[in-house]
Amino acid sequence: MDSARSSRDIYLRNPDQRLVKVIVSGPFGVGKTTIIRTLSEIPPLQTEEMMTATGAIVDHLDGVRDKTTTTVGLDYGRMSLGDDLALCLFGTPGQQRFHALWKDITRGALGALILADTRRIADSFEVMGLIEEQGIRYAVALNVFPDSPAYPEADLRQALDLAPETPLITCDARDRDTSLAALLALAEHLLALPALEQS
Amino acid sequence: MNRRLIPPYLWTGGRTHPSRNVLDRLSVLRAAGDTVPRDVTPAGRRVLEILQDGALPLAEVAAHLSLPVSFVKVLVSDLFDEGLLTVRAPIAAEAGPLPDQQLLERVIRGLRALQ
Repeated sequence: MDSARSSRDIYLRNPDQRLVKVIVSGPFGVGKTTIIRTLSEIPPLQTEEMMTATGAIVDHLDGVRDKTTTTVGLDYGRMSLGDDLALCLFGTPGQQRFHALWKDITRGALGALILADTRRIADSFEVMGLIEEQGIRYAVALNVFPDSPAYPEADLRQALDLAPETPLITCDARDRDTSLAALLALAEHLLALPALEQS
Repeated sequence: MNRRLIPPYLWTGGRTHPSRNVLDRLSVLRAAGDTVPRDVTPAGRRVLEILQDGALPLAEVAAHLSLPVSFVKVLVSDLFDEGLLTVRAPIAAEAGPLPDQQLLERVIRGLRALQ
């Protein structure tokens, strides 16, 4: 592997580029790492976050001497939308035990793309609970695997308890076009929301 | 690399709290000068060195240096106080109850242009 640090392509295209946070979440193994790798223009990174044994985030150094702290690695990628703007994708684990981390990571986020796997839809219930709790706006993308069963959309919506206006799209996390389409569905939904929330 | 032999809290000179809680994972960092002063701590030096060739968000600096984000916040806070780097805030999507419509339109245009 080339040394990423020796090349200039790890840096922001423009120091004044505005950065927007987007959350990518879902259960373990659903494809968060893959979709971030597909969309990121920089080599994907892992950020280390410190947590206590009870799941609280450590945002100071007091806990460092405490053996109950642990680190969790989050996938991270960045994609420019022109020279003035970039989306920063934070792969965030969708388990309830990361509740405090979620609260901290999602602060200031534009919205969340939630990945789900129809082969084990029940694994997504925890992340749907977190979403509800944090009140972050979101869209759901089904990451399609070769052996994914095809369920009627109405059944999936019911299983995930989705509001009628919440986008439910399919994508292949390895494929750039369908992954971009999933992000676009999220952004279009966020734009349409004020009108929906007023009605 | 021997950095793991030294607990990160010692690297920061015993400081426990960032002086600026405004630091965010997406705060954009730039080195204020072309050279790294001699009296900077080893960890601070690594932060300044990676910023010599361009600007990076705080979370990316932490990832490149394999350090927890919380440690890097403390380092950055100190370096900022010493005038060794500049910090620019990210877009605060939380400013209002609803996301900024102009920003969303810009994001949608940008994503469509990539398709």
